[in-house]
Amino acid sequence: MRVLIVEDDPLLADGLAVGLRLHGMNAELVGSCGDARHALAAGAFDAMVLDIMLPDGSGLDLLRDLRTQGERCPILLLTALDQTRDRIVGLDRGADDYLGKPFDLDELAARLRSIGRRGEGRAAPAIMAVGLVLDPERHAVARDGTTIDVTRREFAVLRALAERPGVIRSRAQLEERLYGWQEDVESNAIEVHIHNLRQKLGRELIETVRGLGYRLKDVS
Amino acid sequence: MSSLRGRLFAILVVTTSLIWLAATAWIYLGTKNELERVLDTRLQEAARMVASLVQDDRSSQAAIAGTPQFNAVETAGYERQLSCQIWSLGGRLVAASTTAPAERLSAHGSGFHDSVINGEAWRVYAIEDAAKGVRVLVGDRLGLRERLVQDLVLGLVAPTLLMLPLFAGLIWLSVGRGLAPLRQIARDLQSRPADDLSPVGANAVREIRPLTDALNGLFRRLDLARRHEREITAFAAHELRTPLAGIRTQAQIAKAAGNDAIRLSALDRIVQGVDRTARLISQLLALARLDAAAASSDRQRIRVGPLLREIDGERKWPELTVEIDPALDDLVLSGQAENLRLALRNLHENACGHSPAGGQVRWFRIAETALAVEDDGPGIPAEEVALVTQRFYRGRSAKTAGTGLGLSIVETALARLGASLSLENRTPAAGLRATITLPAGHP
Repeated sequence: MRVLIVEDDPLLADGLAVGLRLHGMNAELVGSCGDARHALAAGAFDAMVLDIMLPDGSGLDLLRDLRTQGERCPILLLTALDQTRDRIVGLDRGADDYLGKPFDLDELAARLRSIGRRGEGRAAPAIMAVGLVLDPERHAVARDGTTIDVTRREFAVLRALAERPGVIRSRAQLEERLYGWQEDVESNAIEVHIHNLRQKLGRELIETVRGLGYRLKDVS
Repeated sequence: MSSLRGRLFAILVVTTSLIWLAATAWIYLGTKNELERVLDTRLQEAARMVASLVQDDRSSQAAIAGTPQFNAVETAGYERQLSCQIWSLGGRLVAASTTAPAERLSAHGSGFHDSVINGEAWRVYAIEDAAKGVRVLVGDRLGLRERLVQDLVLGLVAPTLLMLPLFAGLIWLSVGRGLAPLRQIARDLQSRPADDLSPVGANAVREIRPLTDALNGLFRRLDLARRHEREITAFAAHELRTPLAGIRTQAQIAKAAGNDAIRLSALDRIVQGVDRTARLISQLLALARLDAAAASSDRQRIRVGPLLREIDGERKWPELTVEIDPALDDLVLSGQAENLRLALRNLHENACGHSPAGGQVRWFRIAETALAVEDDGPGIPAEEVALVTQRFYRGRSAKTAGTGLGLSIVETALARLGASLSLENRTPAAGLRATITLPAGHP
């Protein structure tokens, strides 16, 4: 799950990025409204954590602008202001959820998963596709009641494919889901993850579409 | 008198009564004069008439012998007004009206005279006719005249006195009506909730407009101050909660992290966060104290140089050289030492904090009444210079975790001393110059 964090306080921003990564999310960090616009323009995010008081403006204004421009990314507001009014304004301007500072990291992760799956049009927490059950909270994959162990990155690749079974995901799309901007990606990293997943789940489950990418195939 | 209505009522009733009284006195005097003139003329005419009726001393004797007295016409209330006596020049009473007293009315010759007979004041007109040998005296009692005037005046005053209560009632009601706008505003003010600071008396009459204007001005200032306070509180809440949220998140990371590098980094950041929060709280308290202590009489004469050396000694910046101009030793400022210390310390820490390793911070005197500090840091982006003294403003490019309060504290503290702060980027060299200008005419 790729999350954009818009927070200017270095201590909290670092905590959010590291903490959400510990929860298996791929967190990107920006510190201003302007940078947030650029980040959203550059790539797709599954959810966004938005602080209200930012150095170059109010997060509430950014929120309104984004929604006016048709941005569909689920947004969670971080508010330090006590007033209910700000929360109402935030929700009415298009936020999907809010948390008041200080907050619990686990709760933040759970809420992000929640607005994230709503953003994908799911109500059930688990992702079910081609006979697999993916549990985003525990990064667990199960088939016919038996759990299959996968690593965090393998889970992310499988999840990206399982969200839209049958739809082709390019290697670049999968890399974007997996790695942050600052991370160096080895050129064959995706191939390695796909290889490992095929070993664990069966060779024919993930199909390679030459020149385009990968997709899940219903083999059951 | 504490009631405006009562006071106005009293003033109006008293002045009206006084005017009435004056008018009555005027009418009394005027009527009296006019009446005296008319009655005197009547006396004169009566005397002439009687004199013309007298033939001469001898014939009149005969005439009077038959009818020794003539009757005066009696009028109700004012009967026996005129009295007439005819004396021979020899001093014998020839004839007299019934109302005349026995004594001679006047001993003087022709013309008007006042005389007193039997204790009564009389007005007498005399005609001496030497040819006929008689003196005709016609007189009336002054007491009667007085009564006539009094009756006239009483006739005027009595209805007025009767009308006075009615008049007072009208005054009372009119005053009440006239004061209605005031009452309306009082009611408005009384009935509004304590936190309602909307303008009062939108269509107030001209006379109370200054009052409502002053009130509304006060409301505006109060509203502004309250909004300002709310903003500060909201900012303070944000500024305190954000590092708290950071500390909490880092603590959760430290608990959950499987690897030591992540855990140690999180713990480091917790320490940083706690330090920053502590600094923020002490800055907030300093600012609150500055805001609260508007005017203090606790003035001292402070030498800037020694104070700066003291501040520099409090905290050592290992890789910086600090230079303090000896000319600052002669710069003396009078005011609260704590304010100056607060301002100088914040500027000093800013300058030191933003200077690179090996940099230099210089304090020097510019003119008779100004001093400045320069650093070798990055300066402030031009578009942010005007913003940095705002509370909680932290530059976008700032790498050090400031509280966003330092320069606001400097500005407030200097304002308390009557001094001002100006910031400018050094050119062409890098760095910031902060200039403190002391109040003009300072020793």
